[in-house]
Amino acid sequence: MLAAMLERVCRVGFLVVDDVVVTFGGVRALDGASFAVEVSQICGLIGPNGAGKTSLFNVISGLYRPDAGRVSLAGQDILALPANGVARAGIARTFQNLGLFASQSVLENVMLGAYHRTRAGFLGGMLRLPAATREGRRIRDEALAILDLLGLGRYADHPAQGLPFGTLKRVELGRALAAHPRLLMLDEPANGLTHGEVAEFGELILQLREELRLTVLLVEHHMGLVMGVSDTVVALNFGRKIAEGTPDEVRQNDDLIAAYLGTAA
Amino acid sequence: MTYFLQQVVDGVSTGVIYALLGLAMVLIFRATGIINFAQGELATIAAFFAWQLNLWGLPIWLAIAATAVIGFGAGAAIERVVIRPVANKDHFTLIMVTLGLFMITNAVTGLVWGYTIQAFPDPFPVAAWTVHGVSLSLASVGTIVIVCVVGFLLYQLFHRTRLGLGMRAAISNPESARLSGIDVGRMQMIGWGLAAMVGTLAGALAAPKLFLEPNMMLGVLTYAFAAVIVGGLDSPLGAVVGGLAIGVTENLAGAYLYDFVGNDLKIAVPLALVFGILLVRPQGLFGRRAVARA
Amino acid sequence: MSLLEVTDLMAGYGPAKVLHGMTFAVDEGEIATILGANGAGKTTTLRAICGMVATSGGIRFDGRSVRGLAPARMARLGVAHVPQGRGTFAGLTVRENLLAGAYTRRDRAGVAADIDRISQWFPRLAERRDQPAGSLSGGEQQMLAVSRALLLRPRLLLLDEPSLGLAPLVTQSLFGTLTDIHNQMGTTMLIVEQNAGLALRIAHRAFVLEAGRIVRAGDAASVAADDSVRRAYLGLGDSR
Repeated sequence: MLAAMLERVCRVGFLVVDDVVVTFGGVRALDGASFAVEVSQICGLIGPNGAGKTSLFNVISGLYRPDAGRVSLAGQDILALPANGVARAGIARTFQNLGLFASQSVLENVMLGAYHRTRAGFLGGMLRLPAATREGRRIRDEALAILDLLGLGRYADHPAQGLPFGTLKRVELGRALAAHPRLLMLDEPANGLTHGEVAEFGELILQLREELRLTVLLVEHHMGLVMGVSDTVVALNFGRKIAEGTPDEVRQNDDLIAAYLGTAA
Repeated sequence: MTYFLQQVVDGVSTGVIYALLGLAMVLIFRATGIINFAQGELATIAAFFAWQLNLWGLPIWLAIAATAVIGFGAGAAIERVVIRPVANKDHFTLIMVTLGLFMITNAVTGLVWGYTIQAFPDPFPVAAWTVHGVSLSLASVGTIVIVCVVGFLLYQLFHRTRLGLGMRAAISNPESARLSGIDVGRMQMIGWGLAAMVGTLAGALAAPKLFLEPNMMLGVLTYAFAAVIVGGLDSPLGAVVGGLAIGVTENLAGAYLYDFVGNDLKIAVPLALVFGILLVRPQGLFGRRAVARA
Repeated sequence: MSLLEVTDLMAGYGPAKVLHGMTFAVDEGEIATILGANGAGKTTTLRAICGMVATSGGIRFDGRSVRGLAPARMARLGVAHVPQGRGTFAGLTVRENLLAGAYTRRDRAGVAADIDRISQWFPRLAERRDQPAGSLSGGEQQMLAVSRALLLRPRLLLLDEPSLGLAPLVTQSLFGTLTDIHNQMGTTMLIVEQNAGLALRIAHRAFVLEAGRIVRAGDAASVAADDSVRRAYLGLGDSR
């Protein structure tokens, strides 16, 4: 009892998820999940379909209000923020099935990620006040730099519509980066990529972590990627944590092999 | 109490007309994802057509039935010729197109039949019963029965037939519907055709109460629109419940709030109701909320 | 004779051409897979076969030219396609999804028998037959999309990234089931799959697609043994 309390008090982390419960019409999507991620660490989040990974993302990014539990980022209570305050707190994410604006160009989609950082506001933008144009130019230049970093420079003016799925996943990453996040949450970023491309993508994540001191939460079914880049791995099943540790530790976990990895893992 | 019940019954008998036109709008929304602002005008032109056939000697019921059949073809043709070419455009374009259809239909009606008010023959014989002091006319009861039958048949069509399954699949996921061998374009034409048929009935049942003239359905359209918004744009049941709720509220407001709001403002009362409901349930009473599963 | 013959196929979206003259063939009763990088044109190839994008070149199915036929016509000829992502009807129940898949068929008894058979392959779907498809998990939706396509009784089944978003265990079981289906029904399949190792394991024939052209074709085992293929698509010690 005392040990448990001490552990709770002493556990510090940059991102702390504590005893989060989310229910949908009686079904517990998250059933008391707890874990912490240190600053500049990459945490892989794995588990079967329906284990609650995306629900957890939605809680951290303010889309769902949990029924119970706490989430904090650098000591700040995330759940107390309004949904649009989460981006300001430094949290950016990508979506499993893409959350892009199909008819807008790749560049515009990335620039939208920086929207919450603009100060001139809608009216200033409409009236083309000098401050707004200056700000717009700066954001545009930055978005172009992000596209170059992600190898998407040549698609800048292409509408998002019609680009391959794997490319669109990277456009989403670009939009998330434009928000200058402290915590980057990636939902199945390797979808649609071949083995060689996944390896490159893994390098990119490591590079971003080094250069931007990003903390990364990564939901991914591609074990090569998760095990290759993560510092810690958290496994969920039925909304609960069933394993946590270094990739090597988690890989040996029998529960996880039975529930998720299968024999060929 | 009797007075109150009488007002409710009268409200129901106008409400079913809103419900019927609302059903037509729901049909089109479900088939093509479009809100058809021309629905009322199409119903008006259909009513004129039936009236003309009757004038030429066809019995009124036969005239209405013939108009419904022709209406089906006309609705399908409008989908194919007017809507399909712009189907992939954004919502504003589609709204402009149906508004354009509204004005053209209205103008054509006026051009052909003029703006003189005509009397539309009542398809129901004049008869009434009195139950506990509440008077029920055969026309009211008949209209209610027709709306119930139409609603029931549409439900059967959508949920019990292969064609209905194809129509629902086509609106749910057009791409997968095509890949399953469903002719999505044909489903959309049929949706518009059915809507025009239901709209014909709405026009023909409204006309005896309203007098036949080109702008006859304007008020009905407003209420039918409010009914489907309240009920949920994709819900046939919602259109019926919404239509009844609006008909009854309108009538009760006229009866009890007359001193307060006056006759001109009584139409605002059901719209205030709509506003209130939408604040609480933006998807409408029976509408399906877009649920994204994790 | 080949069931599907594609010659010098070109396709794209508007002015942007994605396929630059593809030639390949799939024999009746075999499983073929297309490997290629993101953007190489794998999805576009499947969409071109089904008439979902404008094409030039030749597409022959069962000996007759089918290029330019609308998707619904292709379905009636016996070509089923499980598109990338969610190929289900979200608002319809599981059972209605399956019936919609059998839309072109008139043999009620045969459809009922096929639904029974599919329930054995995918028991989760049988448990959830009256639930709306939109409430299923990602893995269940993918199973439903495959089942929906099977109800067409296809002669050729096109699968676009069936493992997308699925957990490793679910992916393995799905591919196991695809093999069972092939063994029992003899359905010809053309599979586009990012998990190349898994696809090559069940395929008889493989094509490697680069920038809209086939650069290597052959039986799956020899393609899998190719060093450059191993480096780009399989990797060594890939634990996927």
